[in-house]
Amino acid sequence: MFRKNWWKLLSFFFLLYTVTAGLLGNVPAKPILNETIRNLYFHVAMWFGMMIFFIISVIYSVKYLRHTRPADDIYAVEFARTGIVFGFLGLITGSVWARYTWGDFWSNDPKQLGAAIALLIYLAYFVLRNSLTDIDKSARISAVYNVFAFAMLFPTIWIIPRLVESLHPGGMGNPALDTKDIDSRMRLVFWFGAVPGWTLLGVWIATLRIRLQKYSLKHELND
Amino acid sequence: MTKIFSRIGLVVISMLAAVNVFAQDSLKNEKPQMADALRASGKIYVVVTVLLIILLGLFIYLINTDKKIARLERNNK
Repeated sequence: MFRKNWWKLLSFFFLLYTVTAGLLGNVPAKPILNETIRNLYFHVAMWFGMMIFFIISVIYSVKYLRHTRPADDIYAVEFARTGIVFGFLGLITGSVWARYTWGDFWSNDPKQLGAAIALLIYLAYFVLRNSLTDIDKSARISAVYNVFAFAMLFPTIWIIPRLVESLHPGGMGNPALDTKDIDSRMRLVFWFGAVPGWTLLGVWIATLRIRLQKYSLKHELND
Repeated sequence: MTKIFSRIGLVVISMLAAVNVFAQDSLKNEKPQMADALRASGKIYVVVTVLLIILLGLFIYLINTDKKIARLERNNK
């Protein structure tokens, strides 16, 4: 199993490193944040995972629209589903973190609002899919909607929260990719532990569901 | 399979051994309150151990699910 899928084992080692070095490694001492700064390895990694899964999902939706292969539709759905799971985990962990640093679970911060809207748009993707009984129609219409949902990520997550003032750090610029925003000691654990580790874990979960869906699709057709 | 688990175990042990090195040089910062006392009394390792156990359990569960699906795929080709 691991000979062909070595990356599954790799995700395990990335996460071992994230947890060990993430909790025991050195972090900058900041007022208010204190030790909660370590949430970067867990909360922020959820959002990176979500964005990567949504990108994969929209690629498969476009593929489906071009070739009309049912397998592409399955890939698009399951990656969107995993993305939503990661997104909600990010929203919940963020709100717990906010309670103990900003003082409230929800403060209508532009990034909170943007993320919530983006997740609602993706939830509507599933509402739309499941409301159509015809399999081909459902796949085609939801693929078109997925492209729209992905396009809405740009204003809700990537543009508007960066134009307005926010409680989140790194406003007025690119918070994740700016080298001045993440302390160099934390950057290593974040980029070579948390982001690849959590993302690969999510890919694994998504591929498990894809294989199950493919299996049931095949057997429904044979019956 | 057992080979893989024994390898994983080795890595976990070697990671825990490296923990002392991290813990020693975190006492310099004094102004903002950090969990230095927690670390000095050793209790942060409890949290790390708990998280490692959760991770291990999660992965064993995923490996089992993966195998089950693989068996389904093999038997029904």
